[in-house]
Amino acid sequence: MSIDKQDVQKIAHLARLGLSDQDAEQYHHAISSVLDLVEQMQSVNTDGIEPLSNPHEATQRLREDIVTESDRREAFLKNAPQTEAGLFLVPKVID
Amino acid sequence: MNWEVVIGLEIHAQLSTKSKLFSGAATSFGAEPNTNTTLVDLGMPGALPVFNKEALRMAVMFGHAVNAEIGMKSVFARKNYFYPDLPKGYQTSQMDDPIVGKGYLDIPMEDGSVKRVGITRAHLEEDAGKSLHEDFHGMTGIDLNRSSTPLLEIVSEPDIRSAKEAVAYVKMIHSIVTYLGICDGNMAEGSMRCDVNLSLRPKGQQEFGTRTEIKNVNSFRFIEKAILCEIERQADILEDGGKIVQETRLYDPDKDETRSMRTKEDANDYRYFPCPDLLPVVIDQEYVDAIKASLPELPSQKAARFQEAYQLSEYDAGVLSASRAMADYFETVAATCNNAKVSANWVMGELSKLLNQSNLDITDSPVSATALGELLVRIEDNTINGKTAKSVLQAMWDGEGSADEIISAKGLKQVTDTGAIETMIQGIIDANAAQVEQYRAADEDKRKKMIGFFMGQVMKASQGKANPGVVTPILTKLLNG
Amino acid sequence: MTTQSIAELSQQLANKEVSSVELTKDYLARIKQHDGALNSYITVTEEIALAQAEYADKLIQQGNTSPLTGIPVAHKDLFCTDGVLTTCASKMLHNFVPPYESTVTQRIKSAGAVMLGKTNMDEFAMGSSNENSHFGAVKNPWDLTKVPGGSSGGSAAAVAANLCVAATGTDTGGSIRQPASFCGITGLKPTYGRVSRFGMIAYASSLDQAGPMARSAQDCAYLLQAIAGFDHNDSTCSEVATEDYLAGLDQPLNGLRIGLPKEYFGEGLQEGVAVAIQNAVKEFEKLGATVVDISLPNLQLSIPSYYVIAPSEASSNLSRFDGVRYGYRCEDPKDLMDMYKRSRAEGFGKEVQKRIMVGTYALSEGYYDAYYLKAQRIRRLIKEDFVNALKQVDVIMGPVAPTTAFGLGAKTDDPVAMYLEDIYTLSVNLAGIPAMSIPVGFADNMPVGLQIMGNYFAEAKLLNVAHQYQLATDWHQQTPNLAEGA
Repeated sequence: MSIDKQDVQKIAHLARLGLSDQDAEQYHHAISSVLDLVEQMQSVNTDGIEPLSNPHEATQRLREDIVTESDRREAFLKNAPQTEAGLFLVPKVID
Repeated sequence: MNWEVVIGLEIHAQLSTKSKLFSGAATSFGAEPNTNTTLVDLGMPGALPVFNKEALRMAVMFGHAVNAEIGMKSVFARKNYFYPDLPKGYQTSQMDDPIVGKGYLDIPMEDGSVKRVGITRAHLEEDAGKSLHEDFHGMTGIDLNRSSTPLLEIVSEPDIRSAKEAVAYVKMIHSIVTYLGICDGNMAEGSMRCDVNLSLRPKGQQEFGTRTEIKNVNSFRFIEKAILCEIERQADILEDGGKIVQETRLYDPDKDETRSMRTKEDANDYRYFPCPDLLPVVIDQEYVDAIKASLPELPSQKAARFQEAYQLSEYDAGVLSASRAMADYFETVAATCNNAKVSANWVMGELSKLLNQSNLDITDSPVSATALGELLVRIEDNTINGKTAKSVLQAMWDGEGSADEIISAKGLKQVTDTGAIETMIQGIIDANAAQVEQYRAADEDKRKKMIGFFMGQVMKASQGKANPGVVTPILTKLLNG
Repeated sequence: MTTQSIAELSQQLANKEVSSVELTKDYLARIKQHDGALNSYITVTEEIALAQAEYADKLIQQGNTSPLTGIPVAHKDLFCTDGVLTTCASKMLHNFVPPYESTVTQRIKSAGAVMLGKTNMDEFAMGSSNENSHFGAVKNPWDLTKVPGGSSGGSAAAVAANLCVAATGTDTGGSIRQPASFCGITGLKPTYGRVSRFGMIAYASSLDQAGPMARSAQDCAYLLQAIAGFDHNDSTCSEVATEDYLAGLDQPLNGLRIGLPKEYFGEGLQEGVAVAIQNAVKEFEKLGATVVDISLPNLQLSIPSYYVIAPSEASSNLSRFDGVRYGYRCEDPKDLMDMYKRSRAEGFGKEVQKRIMVGTYALSEGYYDAYYLKAQRIRRLIKEDFVNALKQVDVIMGPVAPTTAFGLGAKTDDPVAMYLEDIYTLSVNLAGIPAMSIPVGFADNMPVGLQIMGNYFAEAKLLNVAHQYQLATDWHQQTPNLAEGA
């Protein structure tokens, strides 16, 4: 499976990375070589083998339904680029 | 052409847990912006989710209530997309292995038929925050209080064929989740939100037409109206030989129309994959069975019991069991006054009338179920008659006190003292000698009609307090001489 | 200043031969003197260190101590530290001051250790050379023209240069072991789930694991003892009980069965490295161990499997860096999309962006099965290789990396060549087993690390094996000659 430069722009858009044409060219090369590297997987027969997403195949632990946290808004907002009235501000969202 | 409408619904029910799906923040509605948030809800670097036990239990309860397969191993997956009120850049949801699998609901329709709607699945997911578009110097404010609040997304099969069926289905789901106590059902506050998938096809055709999705329709009435106008819109296009564009639309209740949400320049690709910060949720049969055993009575079960135990009609039983609050209210009234039929009539009649006039829910009734029951006891024991009781209820509604207090304060107690009544009736007979003559000369049939005149006189004289049950035999005896 | 073990320093502190404040001041002075050349620290927390040292001295006065009380340590700059800049070596987090403390750093703090600062690393732990840092490359203390390895290169270099007694690192595909090997120190990647990931800024959640980096196995044991164990904040953290990692160190190695996988000694292995490894194995035989030839047939597949799984998880994990709640936001965004795209393109370095895009592609519609699911199936094959091998042997040994530290800039033009160098370390993370790197000699004057891999939760065994070797040899006590002002 290979990708072209347009694919790179499409992926970059999905990942919200703004690439110039020149960037896209460079990344096209870099991503293609990674994809070539992983291509060797395709020759392995994995029929009937279950995907392994966690090394221990452990199961989820459950948390009691208790409110354990109190308001720390001030501390949490400190790192934000822009805030007002306790809200995080972003450029206008148009629905 | 004759079009058949095909509807499938996605309902998001906010689960009534105390804390969030993946964090220990409170879930309460209406808090100051961003005060009900934790590291997890804000998607802080390094923060990790831990799954709320109660949300799992609630989802399994719902599964049982819709006759569904329970997912013994369910898996949280990440749905990746960027939006400012989605702090992690993905929503933790369930994809391939939901907690609730296939099920169905049988819905009694007005015409006496029963509509079966298939449930495709119901899965747990976290809610996003809110974007506030008021003017912050042309910017948008983000409040993440709602972020990570637990939702159960209930997906129906495309089995629904009319707006009426859709509303009946949503009402049934609403009734189930509130009965189970897993959702407060408050649609105005967004605790239950509904997306409608709708397409048309020529009657008789097997395959589905192109569908649109109407997002976030948040009341029973709007669901019906949104569906009706979307049916009309699609039919108009199809009649003109046009094509339906698959898209997301919004219902505007002010203009009573649906309109396209700005189509995104690209199709979404959510890149679902199992969330590596959470492990598969594995439950055993014992757990599932224990929850089944602990289920409260469901609306359909309750209606059946009301018919059986209280000898109510199917209609009355249906009305009284529609909401858990209504059913609980009715049963308290009935238990207090010991007469289910009278209780049913008063709850559905006078009380409902007063509630409707004030636009109040039964949970907000100023007259408690016990208080109403005590009033009905006074009809049963002949302290007052039904007509007086209506005025007493109004006084109770207005906060003038309990039934007994009002009856006593206003002197409304019926006169049941036979001696006093006899004296009063004798006085009326003496004062109306001509009518008495006529009465005595009349035959049996005429007498029955004429006795009403004397009854009226007695009531007038007693200011309505004479007990008709006591008056009638005495009056008949004295008239007959 | 000569290097001393945690045990020795702890004894001297207890005997009041030295105070924690004095010790801390010595280390701060060494950092001032040498770190200009090494660049191993992103942030030096002098004030905090001195305050903690003073407090530690009080605890020592009261006799209320743990083995780490008063010991100066450093943390990789991806552990969130409350009120202390935590950058992940990224422009994206150049100004991020966490409002909370990670479990790892909290536990070390609670044990009374002194935090000297936050160490340099590859941006978001993506890299094997520490050249992918917004704050500049770290230099190898053994040769300033060489890389220290990565991604925990700052921690490795700081320990090797004695700019801290011990440090924390994280290992997603070799990021503790490879820099430990390149810098001639001891590093342990614990079993997945042995140490909490809470407060550790994620690269690839199902592979990331924090661990100790120090001069010796014994020092690593002290650190592991403090950080290992259940944490209710991390759903993937194991409830398996921890062991006494120090008590087991003295076990003799008689009868120890060592597996040598033939795949670890094939083409591409630098000769000097091979020799050092063989010598180390001979030393173990002298200590009573026996050697068994084994095979891990799917080793080669760990590279493609890892380079699909890790970027896939990373592409999602790094979506939260969007310029809304913390971190870098571009100047004057013209709209929301512009804010996202420029903040992320300007805030992330090239390697990070590349991995995000690879992962985005691998998860996207139509490719998910062929990439992500395929890689997860292969992951199971790799795990089964280890499970089967560890039925025959107690530990598996081999090199950590095919070569010693390479020159700065030598591989920056060919990242894929650098990926291939991870061949001996990636499979351990995919399987989730624990593994160590210990110094076992030199090749061309650069340190060589031996990798010791063990069964799930067998950290005590690994530390025991490493410690016995270190009792018999002194490779771990070799230190680089740092020039004045360098």
